Amino acid sequence: MTVFVIRRFLQSIAVLCVTAVIVFIGIYAIGDPAEMLISPDASQAERAQVVASLGLDKPLWEQFFTFAWNALHGDLGRSFVFNRPSIALIFERLPATLELTLTGLVFALVLGIPLGLLSGLKPNTATDEVIMTGSILGFSLPSFWQGMMLIMIFSVWLGWLPSTGRGQMGEFLGIRSSLFTLDGLTHLILPAINLSLFKLSLVIRLTRTGVRETMPLDFVKFARAKGISERRIVFVHVFKNILIPLITVIGLELGSMLAFAVVTETIFAWPGIGKLLIDSIMRLDRPVVVAYLLVIVSLFIFINFVVDVLYSLVDPRVRLGGAQ
Amino acid sequence: MTPVLEVKNLSTHFMTRRGILKAVDDVSFTVGQREIVGLVGESGSGKSITGFSILGLVDPPGRVVSGQILFNGEDLLTKSPTAMRAIRGKRIAMIFQDPMMTLNPVLSVATQMIETVQAHDRVSRTEARARARDALGLVGIPSPEERLDSYPHQFSGGMRQRVAIAIALLHRPDLIIADEPTTALDVTIQSQILFEIKRLAAEFGMALIWISHDLGVVAALADRIMVMYAGRIVEAGQVDGVLTEPRHPYTSGLLSAVPAAVPRGEPLRPIPGFAPSPLSRPSGCAFRDRCARATDVCATEPMLEIAAGREFRCFHPHLWSAA
Repeated sequence: MTVFVIRRFLQSIAVLCVTAVIVFIGIYAIGDPAEMLISPDASQAERAQVVASLGLDKPLWEQFFTFAWNALHGDLGRSFVFNRPSIALIFERLPATLELTLTGLVFALVLGIPLGLLSGLKPNTATDEVIMTGSILGFSLPSFWQGMMLIMIFSVWLGWLPSTGRGQMGEFLGIRSSLFTLDGLTHLILPAINLSLFKLSLVIRLTRTGVRETMPLDFVKFARAKGISERRIVFVHVFKNILIPLITVIGLELGSMLAFAVVTETIFAWPGIGKLLIDSIMRLDRPVVVAYLLVIVSLFIFINFVVDVLYSLVDPRVRLGGAQ
Repeated sequence: MTPVLEVKNLSTHFMTRRGILKAVDDVSFTVGQREIVGLVGESGSGKSITGFSILGLVDPPGRVVSGQILFNGEDLLTKSPTAMRAIRGKRIAMIFQDPMMTLNPVLSVATQMIETVQAHDRVSRTEARARARDALGLVGIPSPEERLDSYPHQFSGGMRQRVAIAIALLHRPDLIIADEPTTALDVTIQSQILFEIKRLAAEFGMALIWISHDLGVVAALADRIMVMYAGRIVEAGQVDGVLTEPRHPYTSGLLSAVPAAVPRGEPLRPIPGFAPSPLSRPSGCAFRDRCARATDVCATEPMLEIAAGREFRCFHPHLWSAA
C-alpha cells in the first residue's frame, strides 16, 4: 500500500509538470495578453512599462522558469486582470463549484441507483421502458438547452425557484455554503438538477446493466438455493458487485463535473470557478488559467486516488492483489 | 418408510418465442431416505432442470407446468414463495457445477455461510460463525477458523467446492441435489470430493440426487441410477443392474461410449446422430432416429415397463439371459 501511494504521488507530480508546460505554451500561442490589457491609446513608453512589469518582455522559457520557480514556493502568480494572487481567486470561487457539483452528484446517485435497480429487476416492463426512455432524454438533450428550459418552466412560468446566483449563504462548522439557508437551497436546486441530469442517466444505465449482468450469475442462484431472502440478494449480493463499475465511472465523472460545470455556471450565473475560467481565457489572463488547470488536475488526481482506495474496499481481489 | 422425495409426472416447459421447449417431460421418480440416486444424461437432457424444478428455482420463461413434487409427503408445488424459501437451504440443499461461479466474489466465506445459518435459524452471529467453522472443518478444510475470513478467490477450485458443500451441510438437510459438482475439477480432486460427499451423506443420513453425465462417477457413488434422454427418464434401476445389463438401447449406447467400460483395444462406439432439438421432438420414442433396434412401432409412445425392480421405456429392450 505504501509503495502504491508513493508511486501514485510521483506519477501525479509528473502529470502536474506536463500540464503546466502544455498550458503555459498553449496560452502563449493564443495571443498576447498585453493587447488585451493595455488601452489602444496608451503611449509606447507606458506600454513597454506594463509589459516589463508583467514579465512579458522576456523569452518564453525564462517566463516559464520564473513561473515554475515561484510555483515551487507556493506562488502561482498574480492575475493580470485583478492584480491578485491567482490561487486566491480560485479558492475564493472553488467552494461554490464544489457545492454545486457535490449536490448534483448526490442527486444523481440518490435517484439514479434506485431507478436503475428498479428497471434492472423488472426488465422489459412498463416501468423499465419509462425509466429507460427518460434516461435517453437525459443523455441526449444538450445541457445548455436543458438549463434554459428549467429556467423557463420553474422560474419564468411557475415562478417557484430563482434562476441566478447563489442566494444567501449560511455558516456551519466554519464552512460558508448555500446549503445551510433555505434561500441558498432554492438557488441551488435548478443548477444542481441541470448539472446532474446527464450523470443521473448514466448512473441509471450503469446500475441497470449491472443488475442485468449479475442476476443470471450462478452465485445469485446459489444464494437463492441457500434460502436467502430476495431483498438480501439484491442489496448485498448483487449490489456489492455493481458498486465496482459504479465507483469507477462516478469517480471519473465527478472530475469532469467539476471541470466542466462551466456551462451550468454560465447559464445560472453561478459564481464558481467555471465562470472564472471562461472569463480568464477571454482576457488571456494566463496565471489564472494555469493555476485553474493545476488545481483541477490535482483534484482529478485526488479523486482517482480515492476511487482506487474505495475500489479495494469493495473488491477483495484488488485489495489482496496490491498487498502481495 | 416414506420416501424423502416423490416426483410424479413432473413437466417443466420453457415458453420461448420459437415454441414450447419441453425440458422435462412427464418425469416420475422417488428418492428413499438415505438413498443416493444418480441422474444421468447428455447435456440438454433435462437433468439439471429437474433439479431446479424440485427447488422451485426454474427461471422464466421456464415454468413447472404440471405434476407433483412430494417432499416428505408435502407437495412443494403448492407452497408459497416464502414457504419454499424456508425449505431451500434448510431441508433441501443444492450444490452447483462450477465452484468458481457459485460463491460471491465480493463477500467473505464467513459472510456467505453466516447468512445461510441466519436465513433459517434465529441465532447470534457468534453462534452462526461457530457453526460455519464446524461445517468447514467437516468437509476437510484445514484451519477453518482462519479460512472463514478468506474470500473465494483465495481458494482453489476443489476447496471452493468443499466450501459450497459445507454451506449445503449447514442445516443438515434431508436431501442434497448435487448438479455435476465434480465435473469442473481435476480427476484427483474429483475422487476426494466424491469420497467426502459419500461419507457425509452416510454420516448425517442425507439422501442425495447426483446429477451427472459421467457414468463412472455415478457407478462409484449411487445406489440407484436414472437415465434421462430428451426430457424423459428412459431407464431406472439399481446401479449394478443398469450398468451391467442395460435394457434400454440408449443406456447400452452410453455404456459402449465410455472408455473405461470398453475392453482395451476395442473401438469406442459413439451413439450416431445428435439428441433431437427440444423444440421439435419426434413423436413416440425420442431416441428412435439414433437407435439400431427401432421399428415402425417406435413412432408411438412407449409405455413405462416395470420388471424386476427395473423401469424402462422401450418396445425393443435388450434381453439378458438372467432376466
